[in-house]
Amino acid sequence: MSRISKDEVKHVANLARLAITDEEAGTFTKQLDDIITYAEQLNELDTTGVEPTTHVLDLKNVMRKDEPKKWITQDDALKNAPDKQDGQFKVPSILE
Amino acid sequence: MSLFEYTLKELQEKLHNKEISVTDLVEESYKRIDEVDEEIQAFITLNKEAAMTKAAELDAERGTAAEKLFGLPIGVKDNIVTKGLRTTAGSQILSNLNDPLYDATVVNKLNDAKSVTIGKLNMDEFAMGSSNENSSYAAVRNPWNTDYVPGGSSGGSAAAVAAGEVPYSLGSDTGGSIRQPAAYCGVVGLKPTYGRVSRFGLVAFASSLDQIGPITRNVEDNAFLLETIAGHDKMDSTSANVEVPSYTESLTGDVKGLKIAVPKEYLAEGVAPEVKEAVQSALKEYEKMGATWEEVSLPHSKYALSTYYLLSSSEASANLARFDGVRYGKRAEDAESMLDMFKRSRAEGFGDEVKRRIMLGTFALSSGYYDAYYKKAQQVRTLIKNDFEKVFEDYDVIVGPTTPTPAFKVGDKVDDPMTMYANDILTIPVNLAGVPGISIPCGFSSEGLPIGLQIIGKHFDEGTVYRAAHAFEQATDYHTQRPSLGGARS
Repeated sequence: MSRISKDEVKHVANLARLAITDEEAGTFTKQLDDIITYAEQLNELDTTGVEPTTHVLDLKNVMRKDEPKKWITQDDALKNAPDKQDGQFKVPSILE
Repeated sequence: MSLFEYTLKELQEKLHNKEISVTDLVEESYKRIDEVDEEIQAFITLNKEAAMTKAAELDAERGTAAEKLFGLPIGVKDNIVTKGLRTTAGSQILSNLNDPLYDATVVNKLNDAKSVTIGKLNMDEFAMGSSNENSSYAAVRNPWNTDYVPGGSSGGSAAAVAAGEVPYSLGSDTGGSIRQPAAYCGVVGLKPTYGRVSRFGLVAFASSLDQIGPITRNVEDNAFLLETIAGHDKMDSTSANVEVPSYTESLTGDVKGLKIAVPKEYLAEGVAPEVKEAVQSALKEYEKMGATWEEVSLPHSKYALSTYYLLSSSEASANLARFDGVRYGKRAEDAESMLDMFKRSRAEGFGDEVKRRIMLGTFALSSGYYDAYYKKAQQVRTLIKNDFEKVFEDYDVIVGPTTPTPAFKVGDKVDDPMTMYANDILTIPVNLAGVPGISIPCGFSSEGLPIGLQIIGKHFDEGTVYRAAHAFEQATDYHTQRPSLGGARS
């Protein structure tokens, strides 16, 4: 039984904001299915009561004072932008 | 003989005594790049004009003791941000990022130590790959035999050092990306303890695993470089506030009484016979030097690969969300809407491996699957980490091969993601546990390709890892052998 269908791959691609063709979806379905099927070996292990590791070191939240400091200028921030106007990033219309 | 046959400390002495100039060193680097890089493809972007100017400036002054890398030419992996110098992370989506706004903390440290950046090193796109065939620029070739891959993802960083283009470089390691190419290219590469080196300015792949580390021709240079780049950084809240010892002082040559653990899972089926033999003779060498070794078990090793791909891909799917064609990088043309622009910019800008992992991660994190895949993998990570902690209660270091086989041929595994992933089976557990690991040369295959020995230590105990690596290096001559690339080199 396959773990992921072509429709699910298309759905996931949409969530990840990736345009994919029908042909690509087919290839990715096979490859992702192989990987997920392999990864299901983890189910052999009983992990009841095992704490998940999110971070290997015993590090708690690190806080700092919220103080303004000199960093980059507005011009700097915009200089690598694909499109800009009036000191702002410019993007295609978001309204239909 | 190339100037880069000398250690970094010897080069500094020569600079100090005015036997050579910084300009000589930097010119030597570019001369060698001219000779061999068309074949090796280790560099994506060169920094020649700025480097020559800096060399001339440095020649006019005299370095201070604090300027530990004064005048020494270095190559930097292209996922480490360099102000004003193109940084692509091996991806087309950043191919036009010609003028980055700031330097990564490690680059600031290199600059403070007065090294000279020669250029940006080729890599698998966003550090996802084990062969460098996922670079969107060119596949790096192994200097020992250009039909073979150099390993990945820091393939450019390892190949450039092996080919004598630079004497040392920086790489990054998420699941073996420093150690595996170091093994394939016959050089020394260390993944430091998680948190040992600041990652501010490293293009993030999997934030709970990524570390920056040094690639060099010998252990002393490696220790020398790590002590320059390590340390807490307030710009990276995951960097550890743990004092940085003098790693070069730990190189005593003495491993008498050192307790070595050899996991049976690291010499199991799937590990090539000549790799096993090389590791076994290394263990004999350690015995001769007065160390002892015993077989141990890291019982959850076989689950590391699955755990790694679920966790690293999940983290990558979040980290790579920032590449959207809005603030920097490439944007698809003639988009009909904002959403269309996002989707097409990412589809055009990312290669297949990156897309595969983003989708795997998105799937593993999505509603209904989160507990079954992502949380499960985090729990297994705990078991893998516990395996290491248990062994380190009784032993100083863990020793095994870095990779199951020597380098494979270009094109051999490119169509099958699962076979490609299996290369990292012996390096991945180290990232999951967050401990430091080094790869050093320990032999050659019948085809003349290097074999790497992996030495793994306790959290923040790079000193012992270096001591063990250095003692082996002193007793053997594998690290002095060079590829015959480009001729005229002994």
